[in-house]
Amino acid sequence: MLQQILFYLFSALVVAAGAMVITIRNPVYAALSLVVAFFASAGLWMMLEAEFLAIALVLVYVGAVMVLFLFVVMMLDINIAVLREGFARYVPIAVVFAVLMMVSITLVVGPKHFGLDQVAAPVAAAADYNNTRALGRALFSQYVIPFEAAAVVLLVAIIAAIALTLRGTRQTKAPKPELQVQVQRNDRLRIIKMEAEKP
Amino acid sequence: MNDIALVIPEATLLAFACGTLLVDAFLGRRNPAATFWFAVLGGLVVLAELAHSVPDTIRIGFAGTYRLDVVGAVLKTFIVALVLVSLFYAREYFRKRGVSQGEHYPLVLFATLGMMMLVSSNSLLMVYLGLELLSLSLYALVALQRDSLQSSEAAMKYFVLGALASGMLLYGMSMLYGVTGTLDLPDLLIKVSVAGDKRLLLVFGLVFVLVGISFKLGVVPFHMWVPDVYQGAATPVTQFIGTAPKLAAFAMALRLLVDGLGGLAEEWHQMLILLAILSMGLGNLLAIAQTNFKRMLAYSTIAHMGYMLLGLVSTRASGYAASMFYVTVYALMSMGAFGAIILLASRNSEADQLSDLSGLAKRSPWFALIMLILLFSMAGVPPFAGFWAKWFVLKEVVGAGYTWLAALAVLFSLVGAYYYLRVIKIMYFDAPVVSERPEAGQDLKLVLSVNGLAVLALGLMPDMLLRVCLDATLSYPPWQ
Repeated sequence: MLQQILFYLFSALVVAAGAMVITIRNPVYAALSLVVAFFASAGLWMMLEAEFLAIALVLVYVGAVMVLFLFVVMMLDINIAVLREGFARYVPIAVVFAVLMMVSITLVVGPKHFGLDQVAAPVAAAADYNNTRALGRALFSQYVIPFEAAAVVLLVAIIAAIALTLRGTRQTKAPKPELQVQVQRNDRLRIIKMEAEKP
Repeated sequence: MNDIALVIPEATLLAFACGTLLVDAFLGRRNPAATFWFAVLGGLVVLAELAHSVPDTIRIGFAGTYRLDVVGAVLKTFIVALVLVSLFYAREYFRKRGVSQGEHYPLVLFATLGMMMLVSSNSLLMVYLGLELLSLSLYALVALQRDSLQSSEAAMKYFVLGALASGMLLYGMSMLYGVTGTLDLPDLLIKVSVAGDKRLLLVFGLVFVLVGISFKLGVVPFHMWVPDVYQGAATPVTQFIGTAPKLAAFAMALRLLVDGLGGLAEEWHQMLILLAILSMGLGNLLAIAQTNFKRMLAYSTIAHMGYMLLGLVSTRASGYAASMFYVTVYALMSMGAFGAIILLASRNSEADQLSDLSGLAKRSPWFALIMLILLFSMAGVPPFAGFWAKWFVLKEVVGAGYTWLAALAVLFSLVGAYYYLRVIKIMYFDAPVVSERPEAGQDLKLVLSVNGLAVLALGLMPDMLLRVCLDATLSYPPWQ
């Protein structure tokens, strides 16, 4: 009973926070709502006995990724008015399609096919079950090739990010010491002969 | 231990891709050729390994995530060979335009690795990861020309639409997993056939999976990115996108639709008919209106991918072979066509307008002839390879009982012939704007000549390649 209450609480939180992310006007608040959504889904994972994933989600996404995201959002000067241009014009057609999609998706992916009578509830793991160990085993045995592939994807992301942002030549105006020490008197000082003038 | 043998070519390629990165970082600035030659060496080694690793049966390893079969081995060999050729074109382009982009070569190798993983995947997870590795490398390649506004726009469009398509694909895969409880493709094939009243859910998932495949192939109505990316990217990048990844996308369609969802062939072959008709029609009609050669070739790609899908519509092994033949021949033709743009490019011109081709016959009779071969082949004129590609595909469509579809395809290819012939007219009958011969290195001239003559040779002797394709797809059982 308590489990069910917790499940619905977390799920409602995920849905509500998700809706806030896309509807809220201020991008900082939107990013913060995403943090809430991540927290709530971590709770859901905890209930699925995937403790490691839940903690990793909080540590990696909430702790690192979203903070970075917030920094970026705060650094960028986003003009909401421009982004929202044409919003009112597209709303009617978007609503029609969204409702159509939602109705048809619910008809197909309804409780008819995914109810408890269709899919058996998972059996609770024993008390000494170690989620981290199970995950590690799966990653490095059964899923070793996908794991390596994911690693290469990340490597390509790093290469792409560096290649796209790093400029070949230096843009800063830092002084060059090797040129500074070679400076001669003539470079800095100019003696001009002038006729004396009457005051 | 035995499993490691399955991935030796991939592991070698990964090592060479990382090595190319290091070579570029340490030697690239002083000696840009070092990066290029290291990448070529990698390609050659992998090609040699692939040629040695063609299996006689299907071998599945790594707990069912990876597979090596004949069709996969053949496709991987073609892909690596095409990538190798495209490296030579890229080098000449960078030399001509006076830019050095060392990152191009390692990114191309990483994209190739993604394609090889996609081709060899035996589970939905592997399909997705291979696809992401390929796509991410391609986005970066398109964006590499940072100072070009057009490139940045193309990369942005490609990235956003690509992410959307990946999302669709994942949603479809989640549906398939939700119903069958497996990511394994052969397992999926069995469970689909006994799905019973959950078939509707599977079809629902299939639709989203097909959206992902269609986006990668660039068929209508998921073609929006193709013209902009083809036009905006640097020519060698466009050439790369238009050749090897098309083979990978074909492999992806084969893996997902036939290896995994063969039981839903009744549903997907109808969807493919619709996609094929729209692509052939829209692609060929819109290509007529283009003045930019790269953009015209983009619309021609859309049309060609429509023809390629026709082979899959027949849902039998010989049809898959016809599609494989088509996509291989198409990759070869489009390689040459973009190669000609690189030949004409100069330090201050990309030479991607149709008018840049005017009077090519007077400026360089030999390369005008090569171009003539390529364009006739694309239009489907005998005796060039493109004719046979269309012929085999149409034969399969008629054999499957869709005579009206074949008639429609021929009609659209007549429309298409107009704009290919128009380019030939521009080359042979229009007065040249500039009179000097196109400047290019000897290696580019050699590669382009061989490329054009290969299309002619394949047209005169299509049997050999067709036999390879037929043998590769032999293991697929006919549907029904």
